[in-house]
Amino acid sequence: MKARVHVMLKNGVLDPQGEAVRHALGAMGFDQVEGVRQGKVIDLELADGATEADVTKMCEKLLANTVIERYEIELV
Amino acid sequence: MRAAVIVFPGSNCDRDLAVAFEQAGFKVDMVWHKDAALPEGVDIVGVPGGFSYGDYLRCGAIAAQSPICKAVIEHTERGGYAVGICNGFQVLTETGILPGALLRNAGLKYICKTVGLKVETSDSVFTGGYNAGDVIGIPIAHHDGNYFADDETLSALKDQDRIAFTYAENPNGSVGDIAGILSENRRVLGMMPHPERAADEGHGGTDGVALFRALSGVFEVA
Repeated sequence: MKARVHVMLKNGVLDPQGEAVRHALGAMGFDQVEGVRQGKVIDLELADGATEADVTKMCEKLLANTVIERYEIELV
Repeated sequence: MRAAVIVFPGSNCDRDLAVAFEQAGFKVDMVWHKDAALPEGVDIVGVPGGFSYGDYLRCGAIAAQSPICKAVIEHTERGGYAVGICNGFQVLTETGILPGALLRNAGLKYICKTVGLKVETSDSVFTGGYNAGDVIGIPIAHHDGNYFADDETLSALKDQDRIAFTYAENPNGSVGDIAGILSENRRVLGMMPHPERAADEGHGGTDGVALFRALSGVFEVA
């Protein structure tokens, strides 16, 4: 089984990297871009029997810092 | 009087921190991150600056899961003293010992310079050598020093007088200009600026010495 974890800064937490990308896109002429948020994608290769609950634990304990980040788990 | 300085792969202020402790009269043990226990009789743990585990995933995230960090958490839960500087502050927030998190600097740049730091409270073993309102010159050297905490946490920090230092001029976007905070029992300090880099006249300043001296005063009596 594979799992894909998306980690994003929570809404309301300033994302200076996303802002820098937005500025760069604007400067390149892509003036249709109104906002950019940058996050991480983490792919996990899991042994048989692993569950979504296991991945949730991994997210809570290490993969995301829930003070500033939210995460979504996608089982592939 | 004994201090332990934790060494992670990628720590680079561990020796500076050890020297600052030694100058204040501490016997210092360097403790490797794979050790599962602190040396017996340690009065204070120092978590140094640097780039533990290459800052992979998030600054301090992997270090916070290392064997020695379990021992540091237990030490602080027993009421033990600890100070985390720069990456050490990031590690302490990642362990949950201190609240909040450190984000990428608002200006996206790594900043390395001496900044004015306002002492917000002298009511701690770390800041007792200063007067509240003092502005001291301490170097910062970080890319991810932008302190963030939710409103509830910020009110608690303010109400409980747990903001140790603020920036005279905010260099990194930290909420409330916060540069350093105390734990609820006031025995753990986390700060982004480097007092151990302001502890020798040959290195351009000695405003950090009072922090280590104040600590030694506490443990000499104890």
